[in-house]
Amino acid sequence: MFIKLKSLLYDNEVRAIAFQVLAVIVIAYFAYQAFDNMMLNIEQRGIRSGFGFLNDEAGFAVNDNFFLEYSPASTNLQAFYVGIVNTLVVAIAGIFFASIIGLIIGVARLSSNYLIRKMATIYIEVFRNIPILLQILFWYSIALNAFPSPKNSISFFDSIFLNSRGLYLPKPLMESEFYLVIASLVVGIISYIFIKKQSNKKHDETGVVTNTTAYFLGLVLLLPFAVYLVAGAQLEYPVLKGFNFRGGLDLSIEFFALTFALSIYTATYIAEAIRSGIESVDNGQKEAASAMGLTQAQSLRLVVLPQALRVAIPPIINQYLNLTKNSSLAAAVGYTELVTIFSGTVLNVVGQAIEIITLTMLVYLTISLVISLILNIFNKKMQIKGK
Amino acid sequence: MAIYSLKEAKQPPKSQTKAILWLKDNLFSSTLNVLLTFVAIYILYLLLPPILNWTIFDANFDLTADNQSCGREGACWSFVNANLKMFIYGFYPQEELWRVNTMFGLIAALIVLGSIIKNSQYKAHYIIGSFLIYPVVAFFLLYGGLGLEVVETDKWGGLTLTVVVAAVGIVASFPLGILFALGRQSEMRVVKFISVVYIEFIRGVPLITILFMASVVLPLFFSAGMDIDKLLRALIGITLFQTAYIAEVIRGGLQAIPRGQYEAADAAGLSFLQKTMLVILPQALKISIPNIVGSFISLFKDTTLLLIIGLFDMLAIVGAATSNSNWLGRDTEGYVFVAMVIWVILYSMSRYSKRLEVRFSTEHK
Repeated sequence: MFIKLKSLLYDNEVRAIAFQVLAVIVIAYFAYQAFDNMMLNIEQRGIRSGFGFLNDEAGFAVNDNFFLEYSPASTNLQAFYVGIVNTLVVAIAGIFFASIIGLIIGVARLSSNYLIRKMATIYIEVFRNIPILLQILFWYSIALNAFPSPKNSISFFDSIFLNSRGLYLPKPLMESEFYLVIASLVVGIISYIFIKKQSNKKHDETGVVTNTTAYFLGLVLLLPFAVYLVAGAQLEYPVLKGFNFRGGLDLSIEFFALTFALSIYTATYIAEAIRSGIESVDNGQKEAASAMGLTQAQSLRLVVLPQALRVAIPPIINQYLNLTKNSSLAAAVGYTELVTIFSGTVLNVVGQAIEIITLTMLVYLTISLVISLILNIFNKKMQIKGK
Repeated sequence: MAIYSLKEAKQPPKSQTKAILWLKDNLFSSTLNVLLTFVAIYILYLLLPPILNWTIFDANFDLTADNQSCGREGACWSFVNANLKMFIYGFYPQEELWRVNTMFGLIAALIVLGSIIKNSQYKAHYIIGSFLIYPVVAFFLLYGGLGLEVVETDKWGGLTLTVVVAAVGIVASFPLGILFALGRQSEMRVVKFISVVYIEFIRGVPLITILFMASVVLPLFFSAGMDIDKLLRALIGITLFQTAYIAEVIRGGLQAIPRGQYEAADAAGLSFLQKTMLVILPQALKISIPNIVGSFISLFKDTTLLLIIGLFDMLAIVGAATSNSNWLGRDTEGYVFVAMVIWVILYSMSRYSKRLEVRFSTEHK
């Protein structure tokens, strides 16, 4: 009996189970204590609980609002949606610009031109080592001070205006026939993809290369433009009224500074990823490509880049995720995205910290999960075959 | 019999002298290159003059000038001079500043001493010992007690606060990070599950939401009488956050250890604890050191977020200093100064981590 017990004590599996049970009990105990205290605290402070507050009137105005209906009379839930949309808008804009700047800087770092190479290096070393929040605040204060007042706005073609309040663009009027333009754009893109696939297939089978640039111009650019002219769709132009512009699509200066800072900062990481991706391609690959008679451009497009991107894209996607998370720093300048609206204003009004912060976190978690899902799919697809 | 005498070496032709050759190779080797050179010069022409004018040529270096006499064309560096104490010490009482200085001095002394000790055995003891003792000493120096006057944490600020938060974050998250990394690699399902959920949850949300959580929600979890210090709440949030990242870095190191090492340790009859402490962790930590330093660099950057929950780190001091009516509108000077200080710290840290990377990678080849 004793020996049996002793052997039980030294049995790895038994130990593992005992340890795990203990871990669960400890965690459950602390969770229970925390929950108990929380209930007591909530009761004492007279805070409401539950998600009923979502249907209350929000009562505050929002600076930036892109697609949704929103007014101070809207509910907190609608404010929540506006916050999510604004987070996504600033993230997408940031990702777009960061990718372009990052690509340019990454290639510039490998340039044979000394000046270009050094400038790219300095750019990376400077902006990478300054905290993003500091950069956001810095560009915000620069933009507030350096841009002209609304009356002296910098204008482009009398339809785009930039001043210390923000950037004003013409806005498509959805009530007019604008949806036709969007529909034709979608049709154009789909048919272009189809044509491109056909031409790729032809190339694989016969080796004949067809140039699809004309199709691209015709279907993706000309077709929607023609529909825009014919269908009578209209743009709403911003007009100076009183102290500021009215009408059109306005991007606040906070949005401007935030997007700028996020792009500049994240671009340094994307540039490094692209550089290390290109450097990871073996020199023999380039030599083999030129031995086979490929031109410089073909070698870059067909041999070097596909291999470089396999290495570079996972860290780049991670940077996209970081950019999205960093967009929450908008709270410091007051761009009205999820954290500012929800964990800031709504929390101050309602005071239900637990529900509000949980909801905010859930949104970011969802975004993270979606992005890592994309990353996994990419990694599976890109795995070197035969290994 | 012809005698060959050595001819005097000729100077290379003008077109082949070092400087011109260098220019030709690096700036004008092809049409594209020439074009790029001009683009680069044009960009420099656009950027450099305004930056240099503002920071140097139009700037006022008179360190006693006040806001009015400074002028608005360029930077007013007397702003930094006038607020320097605030940038470094926050609102720490004047007569107690020696305590902060002692704390910084002790760090420097510890590092110098550490670099003198060559014996690796002693060095390990020394490092572990200082990690255990120094935080206690630093706490009493900064906070007070033991005969020193108590300085409440809302008086802490500036670079001091930044360093305190970064240091506490590093010291506290390191052991926790190791635990979660081991947990994630564990074969025990429950432990693994808890670790994975924790790490992925923290990594999936922005730090600012965790700081909000720590500053607003956390107090609700404790019984009503317990009033947790604002700084302590922030430190808890930062540690929770940093733990997940350190855990992932160390997991990377654990995964790089060949299976054979685990099997050999098992075959040698080592217990789990022995195996982990003597075989696996030393190797895994060594591989992950560069990445750990990298993770601490991001922690240092992240300390600026404290301003959002109302603590006065160096960045928040800019706002505090310029809200003083004597220095209205000098934000840019403040941001540039703080950026330079943080940049120097971060840049030297990242250089150091690169050097470590080189040092450790050669040993593995």
